[in-house]
Amino acid sequence: MLIAESSLAPYASIVIVIAVAGVIAASMLILAHAVRPALKGDVKDSTYESGMPVIGDARRRFNVRFYIVAMLFLLFDVEVVFLWPWAPVFHKAAATGEAITTAGGQPASAGFLLAAMGVFAVFLVVGFAYEWRRGMFQWD
Amino acid sequence: MLDILKDQFWFSAILTVILAVVILGVVAYCIYFERKISAWMQDRVGPNRVGPLGLFQPLADGGKFLLKEDIIPANVDKPLFVLAPFIAFGVAMIGFAVLPWGGVVDLDGDGVVDVTAQVADPGIGLLYLLGIGSLGIYGVVLGGWANNNKYAFFAAIRSTAQMLSYEIPMGLAIFVVVITVGNLRLEEIVLAQIGEGNVWHVVLHPFAFVILLITLFAETNRTPFDLAEAEQELVGGYHTEYSALKFGMFFLGEYAHMITGSGFITVLFLGGWHLPGVPGLQPGDVSIWAMLFKMIVLGAKIVGFLFLFMWVRWTLPRFRFDQLMRLSWKGLLPISMILAAYATTLVYLGKATNIPWALGGNAAILLIVLIYNGLLRTEITGRQANLPEVTIPAEARS
Repeated sequence: MLIAESSLAPYASIVIVIAVAGVIAASMLILAHAVRPALKGDVKDSTYESGMPVIGDARRRFNVRFYIVAMLFLLFDVEVVFLWPWAPVFHKAAATGEAITTAGGQPASAGFLLAAMGVFAVFLVVGFAYEWRRGMFQWD
Repeated sequence: MLDILKDQFWFSAILTVILAVVILGVVAYCIYFERKISAWMQDRVGPNRVGPLGLFQPLADGGKFLLKEDIIPANVDKPLFVLAPFIAFGVAMIGFAVLPWGGVVDLDGDGVVDVTAQVADPGIGLLYLLGIGSLGIYGVVLGGWANNNKYAFFAAIRSTAQMLSYEIPMGLAIFVVVITVGNLRLEEIVLAQIGEGNVWHVVLHPFAFVILLITLFAETNRTPFDLAEAEQELVGGYHTEYSALKFGMFFLGEYAHMITGSGFITVLFLGGWHLPGVPGLQPGDVSIWAMLFKMIVLGAKIVGFLFLFMWVRWTLPRFRFDQLMRLSWKGLLPISMILAAYATTLVYLGKATNIPWALGGNAAILLIVLIYNGLLRTEITGRQANLPEVTIPAEARS
């Protein structure tokens, strides 16, 4: 197998997993579609909202705070996605005590890497404190 | 036959099929055990009609799911309506790919390691797991949207906000492990907990373990975080309009998600397939029997977590939505930030695996949190502070 020799080999296995999961899920849906009864009816096909006659549909305005949660999530998740790949590099620099060569060809010591992430973290914490103060996390 | 198995690709393919079948079986019996355990805790008998002790109940349930009429209401968004259970179930079934089930294996006993007992071993295994975990939200939000039902829609935006909020403390709690080990490969994280001077990460950072456990309950929508399907408020939650097998797929997906999540936390904090001092479970044991033994140990730890999930479900009541958001943004997020900063400092000082340093820091952070909470005690009533007093008429009091 050629693909087994390359560094992409793990991803070939993941493709198999995705294919197996997709086949199982699709075959469940198709099998159920083939054997189940399908009867139509006005009442049966109406939206179920506790038996009340349905007024309008569900495409309507909802609380703006859900948007704020989504925006805050974006900010903090970027932080996490930033932190994770940084961690192994920093760990290596701190454990060996030697400078790591960055992608730009510059040497970077563990202290420098820590300071770089520290600047980012300070901005984030200041923003977090500001949001807290403005009551963005106040739901009751 | 053995030669094909010695190729990692074919070994992975066969392992995938076996694991998929095993996980489906475990998921089906999870539902049986959920009912049996709830019955046990509530002093009932539970399912006992189908077969001895009701053991064939999952088969009967499966047949019923398959044969029931599948209603697709008239005003739903039909493509998304069909796609949502597909995504919810499919995504839950691909997370197990990167879990290290049994270390490295020497299949023919010639002293050369042939394969890794893991479906896939990418260098970014942990990022893969986090990404797949996030994809699980799509099943919920697409399902709720496609339903075109007000209750389902509210449940969908609620649980989206919930899953987003708890993903950040989860990421930071995992970061504590990542910085301690310095690797995103799951097998390396297991190996870093084994050997001279190394201990399970739960001993080093118990606080991060507890935070990860809490967020795992929230990510899998389990009680006390099952606001997505709060029956009293939202009918059936985001799957109100689903019936028959489409509902069943959401149901199975939730349990498959729990299995992956339990395996995940076991690998990160409880040593994966390792038990200290037990022969056959050390990195040097590479025979097929050692691999099977390791798989059984990891499976037992996962089953332990599944039992914990069920135990909590039948013990604790559900949170209210404002309590839920408060716990995440004002509680877990600041704490996990402090924990991540502390773990980074330990690595910088070269004390990452020093038990007194790590545990002392965890204890100090816990103390600070407790003192802070004691000083700034706010009564959680759910009532806004600026509302006028409620006066009860005298005739209503008697």
